[in-house]
Amino acid sequence: MSLKDTFSPFTAWRKVFEKPVTIKDPIGERPGADRYRGFHKNDITSCIGCGTCEAICENEAIDMVPVEGVETKDGDSGLRPRVDYGRCCWCGLCVDICTTGSLSLTNAYTWVEEDPEKYRYTPGVDEKPWDNEEKGWKKPEPNYEFYNLNRVTMEHLHPEERSDSFVEMVKGYSKEQAEKEADRCVECGICTATCPAHMGIPEYIKAIRNDDLEEGLRILYDTNPLPEICGRICTHKCETVCTLGQRGEALSIRWLKRYIADQNPSEKYKKILNSEFLKKNGKKIAIIGSGPSGLSAAHYLALMGYTCTIFEKLAKAGGMMRFGIPEYRLPYDQIDKDISYIESLGVEIKYNTTVGVDITLEELGEKYDAVFSGTGLHLGRSTRIEGSDHKNVYQSIDLLRDITLGKEVPLTENIIVIGGGNVAMDITRSLARLQIQKYGKAGIIATSLETEDKMPADREEVVEAREEDATVNPGWAPQRIEIENDKIKGLHVAQCYSLFDDEGKFNPQCNMDNLQFFEGSMVVESIGQGMDLSYLSEDLKHDLEIDKRGRIKVDKNFQSGLPWLFLGGDIIQGPDVIHGIANGHKAAKGIDEFLFEKQKDTPKT
Amino acid sequence: MSNMNYSWKNNRSMFPEADETGKLVVDLDSQKYIKVWQGPNHPGVTGNMSLELTISGDEVVEAQTHVGYLHRGFEKLFERRRYMQCFPTCIRMCVPEPDTNEYNLARGTELLGGIEVPEMANWLRMIALEMARLQVLLRMVPGQAGTMGLGLPAQWGLYYRELILDRFEELTGGRIYHMYILPGGVRGLLPDGFKKRLEENLVKIESFMKDVDRVIYANAVFKKRTKGIGVIPEAWIDPYGATGPVARAAGFERDVRKDYPYLYYNQLDFGVNVEHESDVFARFRVRRKDVDTTIDLLRQIMSKMPEKGDIKAETPNVLHWKIPRGETLVRCESSRGEYIFYMVADGSMYPRRINMRGPSYSHAVVLLEKLLINANISDVSPIMVSLATCPPEIER
Repeated sequence: MSLKDTFSPFTAWRKVFEKPVTIKDPIGERPGADRYRGFHKNDITSCIGCGTCEAICENEAIDMVPVEGVETKDGDSGLRPRVDYGRCCWCGLCVDICTTGSLSLTNAYTWVEEDPEKYRYTPGVDEKPWDNEEKGWKKPEPNYEFYNLNRVTMEHLHPEERSDSFVEMVKGYSKEQAEKEADRCVECGICTATCPAHMGIPEYIKAIRNDDLEEGLRILYDTNPLPEICGRICTHKCETVCTLGQRGEALSIRWLKRYIADQNPSEKYKKILNSEFLKKNGKKIAIIGSGPSGLSAAHYLALMGYTCTIFEKLAKAGGMMRFGIPEYRLPYDQIDKDISYIESLGVEIKYNTTVGVDITLEELGEKYDAVFSGTGLHLGRSTRIEGSDHKNVYQSIDLLRDITLGKEVPLTENIIVIGGGNVAMDITRSLARLQIQKYGKAGIIATSLETEDKMPADREEVVEAREEDATVNPGWAPQRIEIENDKIKGLHVAQCYSLFDDEGKFNPQCNMDNLQFFEGSMVVESIGQGMDLSYLSEDLKHDLEIDKRGRIKVDKNFQSGLPWLFLGGDIIQGPDVIHGIANGHKAAKGIDEFLFEKQKDTPKT
Repeated sequence: MSNMNYSWKNNRSMFPEADETGKLVVDLDSQKYIKVWQGPNHPGVTGNMSLELTISGDEVVEAQTHVGYLHRGFEKLFERRRYMQCFPTCIRMCVPEPDTNEYNLARGTELLGGIEVPEMANWLRMIALEMARLQVLLRMVPGQAGTMGLGLPAQWGLYYRELILDRFEELTGGRIYHMYILPGGVRGLLPDGFKKRLEENLVKIESFMKDVDRVIYANAVFKKRTKGIGVIPEAWIDPYGATGPVARAAGFERDVRKDYPYLYYNQLDFGVNVEHESDVFARFRVRRKDVDTTIDLLRQIMSKMPEKGDIKAETPNVLHWKIPRGETLVRCESSRGEYIFYMVADGSMYPRRINMRGPSYSHAVVLLEKLLINANISDVSPIMVSLATCPPEIER
């Protein structure tokens, strides 16, 4: 011990003259850091209620609750996160994973309330003093993601390889690709709510991650008996609303469905789906049309023990899926795979049988316990412009059917297609392929009333059509077809600047100063389809309720005014495969319910 | 009595007799002995833990550590949480220095999951780990004097610790629970001007350490109270599993950063601070030198780290990140010693087992019980604090 050791500690007195370091009110004088993890804020207008915050929260501090003023709609669950500060640990993982980026934390240090209940609140809904505070924890940028924003690229045939053939252009996912894509799913279920058939999308994607494709197939068949078809050409409303699409690319739900169906061999279907031994209940159902709704109804009715007979006008089953969609998008063998499984359940398909000609609907009503009709929209609609009655003006729907049937299709070197929907793109691309096969080059122009950003066709269809040398020139209203010496010379169009009037009615407006002439010797109209209900006799029509647009009214079970007649599919809900499937499923349940009630009411003999 | 070398002296009559097996026979009815509970709430106990002391006069005859006041079952909770969800939980295993938990969990998950962390993230992890070490030392070094009634420097130390916590708040968004190092990377780049502000703090801390030297280090009373107290013989270090400053104070040149270099510690120039007396004073001196080393390391890291870079590697979706079957052992040097996570993955989304082995268990349970025998009751707290006991880490 030295003398220094004795006196040195007294230097502590020096501190007496220093300014104190503590401050009285840390909140007022010293705000929290920019990144401070304080209390929750939520922009409820951009929040879609996906519940990913709830899923990541390790303390179960977040509950998704309904909120006044937020409606449940496609792409929005209508729920918003409510935070319980008795549980929250302020880790901010909810902010980091937020799919929309709506959630953040403030830099507020303290919050004092007398009522403990107030510590459970819905950010963005319950007003808080920090709602407009900018500072606080936000998701770190850039390259900081808890899931992959980009989808696994689907390999397509190169435009040069595909533009002259009808070989399927989408190659499909490999196991590795599918599992990687399936990994992106956040299991929010917004897709399920939006899908007309309410397919268990997160569940079958989970089956892919677990590499349990048999379970995946079972989940698919719970709600959709046409997975090969839907896995290729579904309008994928699920992807449109997919949560991942908020900040990145939506999950390829359609391709993942196709992956499950592709990987399961058809000969194993019955074993996997446990449909080897079905007990018949002795009741017979007639189904008109073998389109998606008819097949779906037949499938679920067959599982319930009904003996189903499908009456099909054409020589092959599938309806619009086979005769409306080109082979390069949906190969025929894949349609056959789905249909042959349904047939294997004991469903009989009577081909080349037109109801109303070969057999009347009344006869079906008498012979069968119930009838389901899903006859679809197989009539083309005309533009009714000058010259549209020329013999070289065709309906896209007829041409597509003839291509499938292998018939000779009229073809010239320059073709004009009127229409901006998917069917218009289908016929454009199909005819372009035929042109390349015949003339070595494509000479086809597709035009529509809608401008490019409003075209009803899928964006990828337009892009791919252009890749295949077809011209897509939207935003023009057809005026007249010029005919010279009984030959079509071309189509006069005027710029279309508005489609609907103030009341929302369809009323296209044209700028007659901006005219154009498309040359061509053949015109194909593809502006929508109509239904052919000629099989309904006047007597029957008398009992049915038909609305202004010519659609038959049905109840929630798709039962019409005639108790034994159920209708579904395109004739009820407009053209869409997945709606048709959903209708068929619901109608099957409705038929079962109807016959059960009927049997209950019948006195036992 | 305080300056005597505490060892068992057989000729002291007031001490209990040992039976044939060597076990002490403490007859409480003889009124020679008193049972004293130090803790679970006691200013001399760093956290919720208690020491059951049997004293004779003011000498400890028998000591037993009791834990169980803080048990939260973290290792069990991990088995029910996804890997990413373990991250906000694991930090609570040692409140004063949470970053080592974060690092071990992140590194273990990355090793098992085959994730390569970007370079920038690794440098940022080092910044966080060294800052955490510095803030702990700023509490412990002056705090050592606080255990013997010299509380003033301990209060000063808290202010300088707060300066580092300010930097943590800026960098990580949290003052105590930083939640910064997560599986795959870290949660943010250095904010603008961060290095400048940290450097200013380091200068202040260096100047403060001079005060500490004057008031504690060169303090006759402190020396009297700490020299020759709580001596851990060299031979005990390995059998009792002592690591970190406790082992270094006994002459063992042991530092995980040197022996099993992780992150980029092998790119930094630093030495292992060693003392030989192995008493409370030696352990204090090791920590005092560690402050300087840590400040130096922080400066080296700031000058060597890149300006920009990715902060997080691409990981599978954290909501269902399945880690392949496997096991791994990750370790790092915490301010208290070697800090280990042993992780077992079974191929599912949840860890099969995450076992943590920190220095406090061996230091505060087995070693402390032995060290306290014959200690003066007023030396119990200094000895315990010199072992850097962190009760939450013992119990998990």
